[in-house]
Amino acid sequence: MRFCRACLAALLLTVGLVLVPGLACTNAHAASLDDALAKFTTDDFSDTNDGIGDVAASGSPRAEAVIRALQDGHLMFSAERKAVYIQDDDGKLTDPATGQPVAGDPPADVDTVRINNRLRGTIDAALGALTLMSPDPAKRLDAAEAVFKSRDQSALPTLESAIEKEQDARIKRVLMQARAAIILTSDDAKDEDKLAAVTVIQQRGDQDALGLLQSLPAGTAAPIVKTAASAAAAIRNRLGIWNTVQNAWYGISLGSVLLLAAIGLAITFGVMGVINMAHGEMVMIGAYVTFVVQDAIRTSHPALFDYSLAIAIPLAFLVAGLIGILIERCIIRFLYGRPLETLLATWGLSLILQQAVRTTFGPNNREVGNPSFMSGAFDLGGITITYNRLWIICFALAVFVALLGLLRFTRFGLEMRAVTQNRAMAASMGIRTSRVDALTFGLGSGIAGMAGVALSQIDNVSPNLGQGYIIDSFMVVVFGGVGNLWGTLVGSFVLGIANKFLEPVAGAVLGKIAILVLIILFIQKRPRGMFALKGRAVEA
Amino acid sequence: MTSHILIRSLDRSAMVFLIVVAAIAVVVPVLNLAVPQSSAMHMPTYLVALFGKYICYALLALSIDLIWGYCGILSLGHGAFFALGGYAMGMYLMRQIGTRGVYADPILPDFMVFLNWKELPLYWYGFQHFPYALVMIVAVPGALAFVFGWFAFRSRVTGVYLSIITQALTYALMLGFFRNNFGFGGNNGLTDFKDLLGFNVQAESTRNVLFSISCVALMAGFLVCRAVVTSKFGKVLIAIRDAEARTRFLGYRVESYKLFVFTLSACMAGIAGALYVPQVGIINPGEFAPGNSIEAVIWVAVGGRGTLTGAALGAVLVNYGKTYFTSGVLAPYWLFMLGSLFVGVTLLLPRGVIGTLHHWTALRRARISAAAEDGVREPLPAE
Repeated sequence: MRFCRACLAALLLTVGLVLVPGLACTNAHAASLDDALAKFTTDDFSDTNDGIGDVAASGSPRAEAVIRALQDGHLMFSAERKAVYIQDDDGKLTDPATGQPVAGDPPADVDTVRINNRLRGTIDAALGALTLMSPDPAKRLDAAEAVFKSRDQSALPTLESAIEKEQDARIKRVLMQARAAIILTSDDAKDEDKLAAVTVIQQRGDQDALGLLQSLPAGTAAPIVKTAASAAAAIRNRLGIWNTVQNAWYGISLGSVLLLAAIGLAITFGVMGVINMAHGEMVMIGAYVTFVVQDAIRTSHPALFDYSLAIAIPLAFLVAGLIGILIERCIIRFLYGRPLETLLATWGLSLILQQAVRTTFGPNNREVGNPSFMSGAFDLGGITITYNRLWIICFALAVFVALLGLLRFTRFGLEMRAVTQNRAMAASMGIRTSRVDALTFGLGSGIAGMAGVALSQIDNVSPNLGQGYIIDSFMVVVFGGVGNLWGTLVGSFVLGIANKFLEPVAGAVLGKIAILVLIILFIQKRPRGMFALKGRAVEA
Repeated sequence: MTSHILIRSLDRSAMVFLIVVAAIAVVVPVLNLAVPQSSAMHMPTYLVALFGKYICYALLALSIDLIWGYCGILSLGHGAFFALGGYAMGMYLMRQIGTRGVYADPILPDFMVFLNWKELPLYWYGFQHFPYALVMIVAVPGALAFVFGWFAFRSRVTGVYLSIITQALTYALMLGFFRNNFGFGGNNGLTDFKDLLGFNVQAESTRNVLFSISCVALMAGFLVCRAVVTSKFGKVLIAIRDAEARTRFLGYRVESYKLFVFTLSACMAGIAGALYVPQVGIINPGEFAPGNSIEAVIWVAVGGRGTLTGAALGAVLVNYGKTYFTSGVLAPYWLFMLGSLFVGVTLLLPRGVIGTLHHWTALRRARISAAAEDGVREPLPAE
């Protein structure tokens, strides 16, 4: 019993300790805000001017509302009652200190607090400063960035006080940078301050900092200009490095997409010597499977939306794989030994599949959403990495490793490799090559279907989805060769990265053309690609 | 000597083909110009242009058959040569517009004025002269084919690889021509033509003359192809088609043969494109689309690979079907039909229409003489 009472006392004490300073704090705010508001009741411009400064300095959460009301002409006062009100559009009065409606009759002599141009300037500065002091960190950060960009000299005093009060290290840094920017562009700052400012700006190290350092006002002292120039050079250097990293990242991202799209093509070509022109349509079908799965989940179990891809991936593999086996059994097996005619037949199939999807789902883009774990991005140094790209890279590599394992450790993989290397010999050793063909075709198509699930996350899901990737996938196969999967891996990443590095230099289209020309030149040296099978065959 | 080669190269079906094309070249303009409009026999002008388009496609198909049917080179990018020839003609026609364009610039075509270009790019020089344009129509596709073929054949890029690379070639060109700063009108291409050698391209008489010229070009192309494939040179081509390695081991420079026939074929495709442009009235980068080139290959497959006459017939048949079906209620199903055509022809009719007819005739003859000796079977052209 005594113990309980002690606990209760301790609890009350704790609550009291927490509450009392809070209450005191609110009271202090209210008190200073009330004092400040009193200055608006004198109908005197210089008193109002002081009032604005006091309201801004009060630190009250109502300060911004009061000053905005003043700016908009909604701040009223009554000389008789010595009271201030905010009038809303309907003419109702509220208490500026609490935001509550005023009880009782409105005073008879209520009038607008007048402002002039000088006061408007004060109001703008006060509002800027208020956002710098806003309790919301995101707002403070935005305000600091805005000051950095505007380099508004008048914001300097509030900036100084904001820096003193700021607790968040990141916002404080931006505030310091903003101050440095103001000092650097001001005419009356001391030279050593400016030198320090250059250092602060250099640490910021982005395009804005570079622009600032390169556009110092005329008449800046020579040593400062020199320091700024070297700082700018350092920033350019840093930006250059990050730019390279960024290009490499984009390249890897494109490479992973190419890998997904091309790897199925490569294994079918390796085993059967057949290029499946309908491969892109298998990708497209995978994307539409994702759409159908998400549609079903949205209507029946919206809570499961984050798992939609987990359902779509195996389903897309099965659907595309079965269609692939069907194609092999019904068409391609009759065209053995005629690879060029297979090209034409599969092209015809791709037309049919595209048109079938167009008539079923319509010609427009379909909405496929990102699950929550795939949306958003994070910053890594100077680059931004989006989660969906990151996941696609992981997925592509996972598929690659799984396929590698399948080829290396399973019976089916062994048979596939045997048929790739020497079909006639494999057949005479008792491997049922036609079964291997059908399964390979199904496997390749299934992987294309999974690629479609991944692509649905970053591209428009339309009947033309596959067409956009098919020629690039061909190039990967031609470049990488069909001897083993590593060729496809290296081929897709080399092409992806080369593409992204050429793009900024030559433009997207010319970059692509350059890649095609380079590939044509490359196959001069290695007509069967980078990782060609070694063998004695005169003709593969 | 030349006449000797020509006469030797003509068998009965070739004669029939030439006569039919010559007859069409005369009959269509007569039906359009001489028969009064009220008559049921009158042929409207739009049909003349449409048939002219088919004839140009037939010439393109002929050029594809020459390399695919007789040398085993499946080019999935022949539309590129066709379009390059078309652009060369289009450039000449653009220069002829002169001050009649929207911006009335005497030198610069409208799209360049629109893009704020101040002077004519170097590669547009000389296109105001018709003979120069004529040379370019043949030389540009020919040169591209020569350079491309030289690289490809020398390193023994064959079969599917070659097909893919040709497809990439036309794809790259398409991307390039879509760009405004390439100087070929961007995605609008070249259009709004006024006159050709002083004749209004819109006029009925010009259209009929263009139609007849297309027919003559088709006949000339056919004769050249016949002369090539029936000569000793052509026998080597067929040998390359059927067993490239063996031909090489017998001492023939396979890549030179291929390069020659590939370049010749590209020149023919360029001429087809040049005749196509004034009759259609526009050339834009869409002509470079890989799909177009693949479609052209299926014309050849439908008509019959390695028959020449079949290629031309296939082009006309498939395109007639396309016009017929895409303009009616069946339009949404046209791609299904075209796709099924690809699948059906390769599976069920690998010899094509004319090839199958030839095959049957050969079988019948063989059956007649079967008592004396074993039947001669015409082999299916190998890949």
